[in-house]
Order: sequence, then structure tokens, then C-alpha cells
Amino acid sequence: MNDEIILSVQGISKTFGGLKALVDVGFDIKRGEVYGIIGPNGSGKTTLINCITGFIKPGAGRVSFKGRNITGWAPHKIAHIGISRTFQIMRPYYSLPAYKNLIIPLWSPRAKTVGGWRGGGKHGDRDTVAIDILEEIGFERDSRVPYKIASTLPTGYQKRLELARCIAMRPEIIFCDEVFSGLSMSEIAGMLPLIEKMKEEGITLIMVEHRLRELFRVADRVMALNFGEKIAEGESGVVIENKKVKEAYLGKEGV
Amino acid sequence: MEMMRKERIDRGVRVRTAGLYAISSWREMLYLMGPPLFLIIGMIVLPVILELAPYWKRVVNIVCVYTLLALAFDFLANFVGLVCLGGAFFVGIGGYLSAIFNVYLHFPVYLSIPLATIGGAVISTLLLMPALPLRGVYFAIVTLMYPLLATRVIEALNIFGGTNGIIGLDSLPNVYVEHYLIIIATLIFLYGLRRFVNQDMGLVIRGVKDNDQAVRASGISVTRMKAFAVFVASFMGCFAGAYISHMYSWAGNSLFALDFSIIPIASVVIGGGGTLLGAVVGSFILVPVSELLRNFGTFRIVIYCVILTGFIVFKSEGIMVYVMRKYHQFERWVKV
Repeated sequence: MNDEIILSVQGISKTFGGLKALVDVGFDIKRGEVYGIIGPNGSGKTTLINCITGFIKPGAGRVSFKGRNITGWAPHKIAHIGISRTFQIMRPYYSLPAYKNLIIPLWSPRAKTVGGWRGGGKHGDRDTVAIDILEEIGFERDSRVPYKIASTLPTGYQKRLELARCIAMRPEIIFCDEVFSGLSMSEIAGMLPLIEKMKEEGITLIMVEHRLRELFRVADRVMALNFGEKIAEGESGVVIENKKVKEAYLGKEGV
Repeated sequence: MEMMRKERIDRGVRVRTAGLYAISSWREMLYLMGPPLFLIIGMIVLPVILELAPYWKRVVNIVCVYTLLALAFDFLANFVGLVCLGGAFFVGIGGYLSAIFNVYLHFPVYLSIPLATIGGAVISTLLLMPALPLRGVYFAIVTLMYPLLATRVIEALNIFGGTNGIIGLDSLPNVYVEHYLIIIATLIFLYGLRRFVNQDMGLVIRGVKDNDQAVRASGISVTRMKAFAVFVASFMGCFAGAYISHMYSWAGNSLFALDFSIIPIASVVIGGGGTLLGAVVGSFILVPVSELLRNFGTFRIVIYCVILTGFIVFKSEGIMVYVMRKYHQFERWVKV
């Protein structure tokens, strides 16, 4: 990890009607870091991701990626410059086999230009690349799993497929929106090495998570949101001891 | 009590022929090539057979025109996720453009049809662009409204011959060109589309239907993909329109008639959506039925409705989905 600020978010606010979903949220992320975002249900975590990745236009604030202002860009342009994301509600391309799901990101202009060694190429090459990526992310190559129709895969594999879809883009930043939720302990144990591996490859990870224990094992820094406001930021041990964070999760009585 | 369950299993021959290698007997080759060869050869000899019944020869052309529109509908609805209610719009644009090129600008037929096809597809795509970034019913509504709008504009401004239409288009050189132009075009579009939807770019377009958010997150502009798909569909529709105006030597308001929007949709429902072949089968059933019922006048609509309702209630999957399942799989009852 070095000290280059890869993503800088300043003063993001968003209201839905009268509801303040995000109030003046800001943070900086260094290249190669694993950054966690925690908070109770409805605290604005997913809205924050949507604002940064362009799926929602923020009401106010500024997002800059490597010093370039990308606030309010269309989602596909943000993805094109290297910011990828998973979705909390997994929706693979249902009717396609798992490996064909990766043809779509591999076909994208970014994969063609940045990919080089894996993206692009003629028809047929992408299939091979797709199977390679799936193997990397834990689909057994020789089993039938990569060839199964995506909608019939177990949840664990669907989550991996979401990540694979991001990795195929060769992104610099991946936003992981609750990749651990709905998984069994053993499935999570299988996912953790993947996260470590992506970190080693120099991909910056921003993880929105409810499963705090697992998150704290991989995250370098953590930010806590409550009712759309940033209430704490810092190393995981410090954040979890923060009084406001405890209040947000357990209520005032519990502290 | 014993519970029984129906089980479907792929036929051995299907499994053997699924890969690239495996073709090792005439039976397997016939299994793979039989149905497409039957369709292609059947379509090509059909005008020759129908020499015996000259009236029906022209019906074959009309069937092909509706097949092209049904293919366009099936492609947009079941592969891209856009419900297009405006086959008539494509026919009208293609037909009028061809008439303008041919009658006003004196271009020969072999230029006016291709120019009208390409030009019409460009115009249709541009006019439909505003509805493309939106999800939901907007595309359907806009495509339904445009033909109505076009009719009124032509009437009100009294342009392009007003209510009389443009008369005196060159007809195609001879009756065989007339048949085989549309038959071969239909076959090319049918098999071209079937191939395209399994290519990488076709997969991206199908991805738009399954999950457009994920396509966006993959750095691909969904609007651009939809625009391309609309271009392909309107290309087929405009070709059908240009062809039909030359066949009748006339381009008029009835090119924008609702029939061109509704019958293709009904054909796809009957033939089976998402198969593309269903569009062909549906048109080959519905259009001749409509010819047979010509004497009944508007009573035809009643019979149409009965057929459609029957299909929706008893075989909503459509003929081709059913036939293909029977062809590729067998069923047996097993204990639960």
C-alpha cells in the first residue's frame, strides 16, 4: 500500500423526498487499501455506493478518482475508467451458463483496452478466459459448475460470480456490496482468501458489510454510518469501541 | 399413496450431437441438419409447388413479410426485453421511403429497396431513441403511437399523395424475383439472428434483458446496445415495408395499419416466443388462416381471438417450444 489517494469523496448528500439518506459524507481511500463501511440497516451504505458508482446522482458533493472529478457520470463511464461494483441483490444473467455471464464484462471496451492478456480477442477466446477467471475465483474447472445455468447455482457461487464479473473488468477499485451476506460460515471462509488475493494483486477494495467479525479480519480501515451520517472512521478496533457506533448498533440502553 | 413425477431427460442423440466432435453417423447428422434443411428446402420449393394454385403464391410473399415482422418482434421482446408494438411503423417508413426514392427520385428498384431499408432503419432508430434509456412501458407506447401519428401527419399535411398514397412504383422484374427476394431474405434474417444471439455481442444484448444494471456496471452503455438492437429489428421491418410497397406498386396509409403490428405479435405467441423459429411457424399458420377467412370480413377478428385465447389457455408456451422439447427430450414418470 502506498499513500496515493485513489478515490476521494467529499460532502456527499442525498435526499429522497423528505428523507435524508446521506448527509455530508466524505472519505479518502488509498491505493491498495481494504476499506470497510459498516452501519445498521437503512443507514445509507448502499445509497453511498450508488452515488459513487453513478447509479444515483448525488444531491451535493464531489467524487474524484485519481484526481479527476467523476461526480454525476453515467454508470458505464465510471465502470469504464476502473471502478467496478457488485450488487447486494445478486442478479446474474439468469438464462446464461455461469461462464457465459463473464462474456459481457469481457466484451466491454475496458476489457478490450486494459485487459490485454485476458480480455478481447476473437470469438471463442473469451470463453477460455472466462473459464480461467472462474477457476481463479473458486469454480472447479473440471466440474460441471461453470457450465450450469446461472439461476440454478447455489448462493455461494452466485456471490463468487458477482465478484468474477467485477474481476473480468480488470478494475482498480471494487465496491463489494455485502458479499458475505446470506453465506454460510464455510462459504465465507472460502471467500476470505479471495479477498486477500485481490488485495495482493493491488486492487483497492471497498466493502460494505454486516458481518463485522469477517470484515475486521480483512479491512485496514473502517467507516461507520448511521442515519446517513458518518459517525466514526479509523482502524477497526478503534471504530468498534467508539461509543456512537455501539449506540447505533445496540441502542442507548445496551451501552 | 405413491406420488409420481414427470421427468424430462435429454435424448441420447442430442447429448451426442451437442459438442463439436461427435458427429459419427447419418442418424446424428440427420438429427442436427434435418429440421433446418426441411425448412430451407421447403421454403425454396414452395413457389414452384404453388404453381398449381397461383392465388396462394402471393400469400407466400405476405407470409414472409409477416415472418420478418414477427422475427423483429421476437428478437426485441425475448432477447432484448423491449416490447415493440410498432411493426406497422417500420413497414410504413420503409414503404414510403422506397416510394419516394422510386417515384419521386426515379431510382431503380434494386437501389430503392436497399436505400429504403437502411435509411428507414436509421430514421426509426433515431425516432425511438428517446424511449431507449427508460425501462418499462414507454418503448411499447411510443412504438404504438408513431404509426398513428404518421398517418395523421400525412393526411393533415397532404404530403406523399395524402390519402391516395404514392402510386406507380416499379414492380419487381419478374414473379420469381418477387418470390425469392423475400424468401431468401427471410431465411437469411432467421438464421442470421439465430447465430447472432449466441455470439458474444448477442450475449451482451441478452444480458440487457436479464439485468441491465449489471451491464451498466460492466462499462457498457445499455442505451447503445438497445439502439443497435432496434436498428436490427427496424432493418428487417423496413425491408418488409419497402418490399411490400413494390409488390403492390403502391405506398399508402394502410402501410401504417394496425395489422402489421398485431399479427406478428399473435404469430410469436402461437409459434413460441424466444425460439425465432416460432415466428416463422406462427406466420405460416395465421396469415393463410386470415386469407381463408377473407370472405367473413371483420368477423375474422373473432376467429383470431378464439385461436389466440385457445393458445394462451392451453399451450401458452407456443408450438415451437413444445415441439423442440419433444424433439430434444423424452419424458417418463418416476416415483418421488
